[in-house]
Amino acid sequence: MPVRVGIPRYLGYFSFYPLWKTFFEEIELEVITSPPTNQQILNDGVAEAVNDACIPIKLYHGHVVAIKDQVDVLFVPRFVKVRKLETETFCPKFLGLPDLLRASINNLPELLDTRVELTSGRFELFRIAREIGERFGVSLARITRAYILACQALRRYRGLMCKGMLSDDALECMEKGNQASKRQNLGELSIAVLGYPYLVYDHFINMDLVKKLNGLGAKAFTAEMIPPGRLLREAKNMPKQMFWYYSNRAIHAAYYYLKKKRVDGIIHVTAFACGPDAMLDRLMEMESKKWGRMPFLTLSIDEETGTGGVDTRLEAFIDMLKRRSVK
Amino acid sequence: MKITYPHMGYSYVAFKMLINDLGYEAVVPPEPSKRTIDLGVRYAPEFACIPFKVLLGTYLETIEMGAEMAITSGGMGPCRAGYYGIMHQRILNELGHDFHIHIFEPPQVNYLDFIKKLKAIKPRGMSWRTFIQLIKKGYGKLEAIDEMEYLMYRIMPFEINKGDTANAFKKVLEILDEAQTAEEIEDARWECRKMIAKVPQDRSRVPLKIGIIGEIYVVLEPAVNFYLQKTLGEMGVYTDRSIWLTSYTQKNVLVEGKIGEKDIHEMAHPYLNELIGGHGLNSIGEIVIYAEDGYDGVIQLAPFSCIPEIMAKGIVPRVSREEGIPVMTIFIDEQTAAAGVLTRLEAFLDLLKRRREQQAIKEKSLA
Repeated sequence: MPVRVGIPRYLGYFSFYPLWKTFFEEIELEVITSPPTNQQILNDGVAEAVNDACIPIKLYHGHVVAIKDQVDVLFVPRFVKVRKLETETFCPKFLGLPDLLRASINNLPELLDTRVELTSGRFELFRIAREIGERFGVSLARITRAYILACQALRRYRGLMCKGMLSDDALECMEKGNQASKRQNLGELSIAVLGYPYLVYDHFINMDLVKKLNGLGAKAFTAEMIPPGRLLREAKNMPKQMFWYYSNRAIHAAYYYLKKKRVDGIIHVTAFACGPDAMLDRLMEMESKKWGRMPFLTLSIDEETGTGGVDTRLEAFIDMLKRRSVK
Repeated sequence: MKITYPHMGYSYVAFKMLINDLGYEAVVPPEPSKRTIDLGVRYAPEFACIPFKVLLGTYLETIEMGAEMAITSGGMGPCRAGYYGIMHQRILNELGHDFHIHIFEPPQVNYLDFIKKLKAIKPRGMSWRTFIQLIKKGYGKLEAIDEMEYLMYRIMPFEINKGDTANAFKKVLEILDEAQTAEEIEDARWECRKMIAKVPQDRSRVPLKIGIIGEIYVVLEPAVNFYLQKTLGEMGVYTDRSIWLTSYTQKNVLVEGKIGEKDIHEMAHPYLNELIGGHGLNSIGEIVIYAEDGYDGVIQLAPFSCIPEIMAKGIVPRVSREEGIPVMTIFIDEQTAAAGVLTRLEAFLDLLKRRREQQAIKEKSLA
């Protein structure tokens, strides 16, 4: 029986899942992914995590609880740095996540808390792959093959997102192969939906934000739809980069859309009590004002948010945009 | 030019001298009050931490007093404090204030930038030698202040007449404030030591020992943490806090040679194995150290929504259980009230007292 590796469907999942999945499957492990976020996961997360934590961290706890009894190893990478940009790292909550899980959840399976720091050399990712592979007694040739295939999968996934697909659609597309049907239809309005991938792409916690926008006749653009190189070029707009990978991506994307003037409004999806977002949100708001008075909406999400409140705010925002475009 | 700086504990005395020495006019920031916090809360992002709000409030207050520039520190993350300067500057600009915030980034990040910033502060015509000497002198004063504060909290639980030590410290600050040259500071230091030691004490008491850990700003600023150390001291509790502005106490007085950051991080390793910014990792390591040194309990102070301290808080229960030391976490924001904190403190002290009694009984029965 192959070793079963559990991957929580949250946080880094939305950015790197194809890489992990392909790699683990190619080195002949069984991958078990937690189910999409649901009420049970949210309840478990709220119960297990430290009460002052933000909602994404609580949800991650919930996902871990959902699969911890079905797997032999739980893949909880410790993200430190994935690119070199001033002193950029990840939010402290990503940095200490494996330790936090160990302290707050009982009866955990073994944690595979690989430290991901890709800035110290060009072949760091391969080194990490080798480390994991060797831990499961896989031959070097096999690891290399799995590594190459995994990188290809990740590239393909990112390519599909650049073409305008959302995370879920891109993943489905990679598995089943049907392409074009999954793209969003062009609406009369375009709106940049910015924020962390785990808020923008998780349908449960953002209450189907993108679908709702589509229903209101607006097309959503996200940070992942911008080619990575182009996104990074926006870094020069800032006197000092922020310290957090996802926050930088969000603010760079904001600059990109503000300058291109391709969108009619910006929605910033933020989690209640998110530390970095306290800075990011205000910065985005000020920049939107500065660059041509772009309409800006902050959508704050927490465990208590009801659909009604979000609907009303979205409708009001869209109505305002429509009226504005008529003038 | 009128220059101000963040208010942090009693350090303002030293910074005042340094800025005046450099030939500028120092605008001494007022101690954070209700008004400071109100001003800060009005213009700061909702989920910014209390240090951000207090600093913004302080800048707004000093602007009213005529300050044109503030000197502050930057940071390299991932704690938000490193981005404060930039956000403050933008918010103040948006409010229409012509106010410059001079941010010193840590030299490890950008050496040249650090030198450039120093040069901008150095008055024209002053040699680098004098400039560095002045900074050293300022640091000496800062060390003296730290030492006196340290002594005050050591003696407080033994004082016979409540308030004596605090009054002595007030006088000490005045004396240190007047000392201008390096020699005067050294003399003042000797005199102050004597003054504090002269407070009548009852050395037969065996006070509870509590360690104070957490985020640097709320630990250092008594006006924000409701004078926690003073309150505890006057309740007859011996407190030791882990963070000081200068390393004087770490070099000279801290327990049994466990001094450097490295040692603290080493102690934290079984529980947390990554630098998570701010003082998150230190907090964990220091609990272990206090437990080993036989303290009765630990109080963790942190601003509400502080990311590194939330991480630490998540791990604290495990440390507390395995090291056998009670830990209480107090998160502080603009809504926190003194009465609430006091109640929690009293309950915590009761718990510690009872725990100590039980241990004594256990030891007796074993003997």
